[in-house]
Amino acid sequence: MKFINLCFQVHQPYRLRTYRFFNIGQDHQYYDDYQNRHIIRRVAERSYLPANRMILDLIREYGSAFRVSYSISGPALEQLLQHAPEVIHGFQELASTGCVEFTGETYSHSLASLKSKEEFIRQVVKHRDRINDLFGQSPTTFRNTELIFNDEIGLTAAEQGFTTLLTEGAKHILGWKSPNFLYYSAINPKLKLLLRNYRLSDDIIFRFSNRAWSEWPITTEKFVGWLNKVPDNEEVVNLFLNYETLGEQQWKETGIFEFFHKLPRTVLAHSPYRFSTPREISEQLQPVAPITVLYPISWADEEKDLTAWLGNELQDEAFGKLYGIEQAVVESDRPDVLRDWERLQASDHFYYMCTKWFSDGEVHKYFNPYPSPYEAFINYMNVLSDFMIRVETPGVPAGEARSEQPHAVKETEKPVKVSAKKTAVRKTIRKKTSDIKKPAAAKNQTAAKKPAAAKKSTAVKKPTAAKKPTLAKKPTAEKKVTGAGPNAKSMKKTN
Amino acid sequence: MRVLMFGWEFPPHITGGLGTACFGLTKGLVKLGTEVIFVVPKAYGDESPEGFRLVSASDITLDILDHAQQEFWNKIKYMEIGSNLIPYLGEEEFEKLVEEEELQKTETTSSVFSKRFSFSGKYGKNLMQEVSRYALVASSIASKLEYDLIHAHDWLTYPAGIAAKHISGKPLIIHVHATEFDRSGEHVNQTVYDIERSGMEAADEVITVSNLTRQIVIEKYGIDPSKVYTVHNAVEPADRPELEGIQKHVKEKVVTFLGRVTYQKGPDYFVEAAHKVLKRDRNVRFVMAGSGDLLNRMVRRIAKLKMGTRFHFTGFLTGAEVDTMFAMSDVYVMPSVSEPFGISPLEAMRSNVPVVISKQSGVSEVLRHAIKIDFWDIDAMADAIYGILHYKGLQKMFAHYGKGEVDNLKWENASFNVLGVYKVALARRQ
Repeated sequence: MKFINLCFQVHQPYRLRTYRFFNIGQDHQYYDDYQNRHIIRRVAERSYLPANRMILDLIREYGSAFRVSYSISGPALEQLLQHAPEVIHGFQELASTGCVEFTGETYSHSLASLKSKEEFIRQVVKHRDRINDLFGQSPTTFRNTELIFNDEIGLTAAEQGFTTLLTEGAKHILGWKSPNFLYYSAINPKLKLLLRNYRLSDDIIFRFSNRAWSEWPITTEKFVGWLNKVPDNEEVVNLFLNYETLGEQQWKETGIFEFFHKLPRTVLAHSPYRFSTPREISEQLQPVAPITVLYPISWADEEKDLTAWLGNELQDEAFGKLYGIEQAVVESDRPDVLRDWERLQASDHFYYMCTKWFSDGEVHKYFNPYPSPYEAFINYMNVLSDFMIRVETPGVPAGEARSEQPHAVKETEKPVKVSAKKTAVRKTIRKKTSDIKKPAAAKNQTAAKKPAAAKKSTAVKKPTAAKKPTLAKKPTAEKKVTGAGPNAKSMKKTN
Repeated sequence: MRVLMFGWEFPPHITGGLGTACFGLTKGLVKLGTEVIFVVPKAYGDESPEGFRLVSASDITLDILDHAQQEFWNKIKYMEIGSNLIPYLGEEEFEKLVEEEELQKTETTSSVFSKRFSFSGKYGKNLMQEVSRYALVASSIASKLEYDLIHAHDWLTYPAGIAAKHISGKPLIIHVHATEFDRSGEHVNQTVYDIERSGMEAADEVITVSNLTRQIVIEKYGIDPSKVYTVHNAVEPADRPELEGIQKHVKEKVVTFLGRVTYQKGPDYFVEAAHKVLKRDRNVRFVMAGSGDLLNRMVRRIAKLKMGTRFHFTGFLTGAEVDTMFAMSDVYVMPSVSEPFGISPLEAMRSNVPVVISKQSGVSEVLRHAIKIDFWDIDAMADAIYGILHYKGLQKMFAHYGKGEVDNLKWENASFNVLGVYKVALARRQ
């Protein structure tokens, strides 16, 4: 028997708003709430919700013969809870079937594994706790941000109790070896490695609707035919995809849902494969060989290295500055600071600063909320500058008011059927946000701060709106358009 | 292939980007094996003729009785109106010219029929007259020389191009470096517009310096898109070791605007952005280099915003001064409202100066290592300036990639594309 290891990544970053240098030191609201809400709702409607429904149907139909696993980042969990809780509910339903495994990662989809072991561990633990809270599973499989891996990361993950790790089947690591086996880490034989079959995975992610491709269209039968061409002795095909591939990157009109809907039936009837999860596969198979990775690999681009996030002057300065204040952040021990520190670590911010596309003229092929890496860098550095001031000066409250309001409105506006499980979920968020709010609220009550706080909510906002009455329209209109993108990008990351 | 080319100015006697562009393009064409006969209204004798003939229209004798020429003269006479048209000059220079004109009022319209014309070769009060005469002389040149194609640069030479085509029947290529809409916004001079349009209509092919300009040519002049081609300008590689030693004498960072202080160049947006930056960071100096009809308004605005000690005016800068200015700058800003191409950011980048350019410029179509903003978005402009001054990664990136990018914008490439248009024009004739 052979295995198909189908793993989906779910991630949506907190995109930054246009944050000018004159906001530094005055305005601590960094996120584009409108765009973030808009995108998460859209992706939920087009992708997550129908995909969850389909996966659930398939599990009900085929029982334990159909299994999948998910890696859901912290920012995705938070934003879904806030703006599309029905998606979380769907995941909980999937969790209750027993056919779904949730894997661990860094909480904020960060690159901490490359820079700070302490922060890396802190985020891994936080993510594990969150997954446990929501889905009642404690992950034993680790899937680092963007499948980034080297021996050291493997060691740390093993220290944290992970027994299986998912990474890229990078050619320069494997050499003549096939990704279709279970491997183990050379410096820690207990840690099992499952390597993405990027050819078959990318056939779906990137080429599914590409009419210029000689193999278009991929039917389920054709795909299973390819699976059957895998040599007999090879044991597992690892298909790691973005969840948004279903319905958002590949629109439903491309037939992506029909493809997946037919997949289990065809696989089970016409191939020796069974669907399974990383945990089960690593228990059932014998690892065949050790793998050594000195320099980090990832699933991005042709290079399968870190150059999509780090390496140019912009990325390196931003990354260095961000982790330069780690100590101060930890010492500050303020929830608002910690929250922003996590969100600013998301790998997406560094991805936007990538200049690699310049060389091959594919600037526009890869979507990005910023027109160029330079704008991405300037905006990020403005935010980071303000954040650094806050970290260094105790008592500067976070710009909480604005980010919370739309949420509150939304909840009253759109009552959804709340199951018992969901109320529990809601309670935990409420508790969380009220935790965060407290220090800011407390501060406002002191007499001196009150007028300042009041000013901020009204006076600061108004002038910007009033100053360019005619111009104001353009940027917002533009923003709305670009709203469609960032997550199209987040899926196009790998090539 | 031999090309008869009509220009208006040639280095070192230039007042705008047109002469520089013609020079680069011609040199590139010669390198690619094309023969070029370049006609200017007035040759000074110190131009560097690198493998092409430079013909001064001032030296051409005319046979007024020549039937064909006279016929054409009748056709182009209409152009001698609205002569107070000053396309490229600043206010002061304009006044100077007009004064000169008054002193030398010896020439009369009848002088048109004398056998030799003298051209000022400048943009003066009697510009229209010169344009018409240039056309007349062109027809004479056109009848005497052997060539395969005619190539005319900007509206001043379009009538000459039309005349040459009329005489010789050879294909005419019109090269649009700027349109009346760029120079005057929506308040176009009808005479110039008409000349431009008749040139474009008469042309076999039209070359524009950017897609932005191509769009204007198609939309506002109603020209058939299938005969309009974009060929982006380039920049001369320049190794200037003498600039290495230039030091700035102020400790603050210097942010520079360099260009005519006119509506087209958007100087007011630069002033407002400067104000925003200075509110946050006083350790910056802003420089506005150039002159123009909006200069006084800018000075008044600076005074009103009380930034006089941080905002400086240099007046009009010439050759070496421009290089020195770039060498002293930390950021170069080009906030043009409308810029068909805009060669100056390339010159800044050649000196390793990071640039902020408006999206409404043709040059933004070819540059990657520049920050592009909408000219009206002073917040974004201020933010870009502040970012470059404060975040070291940006300076490093620009130093790393900017110069290399500019060095790759070679005139040979532009010339190669122009040659491609020539071939299309010749092929259509067959």
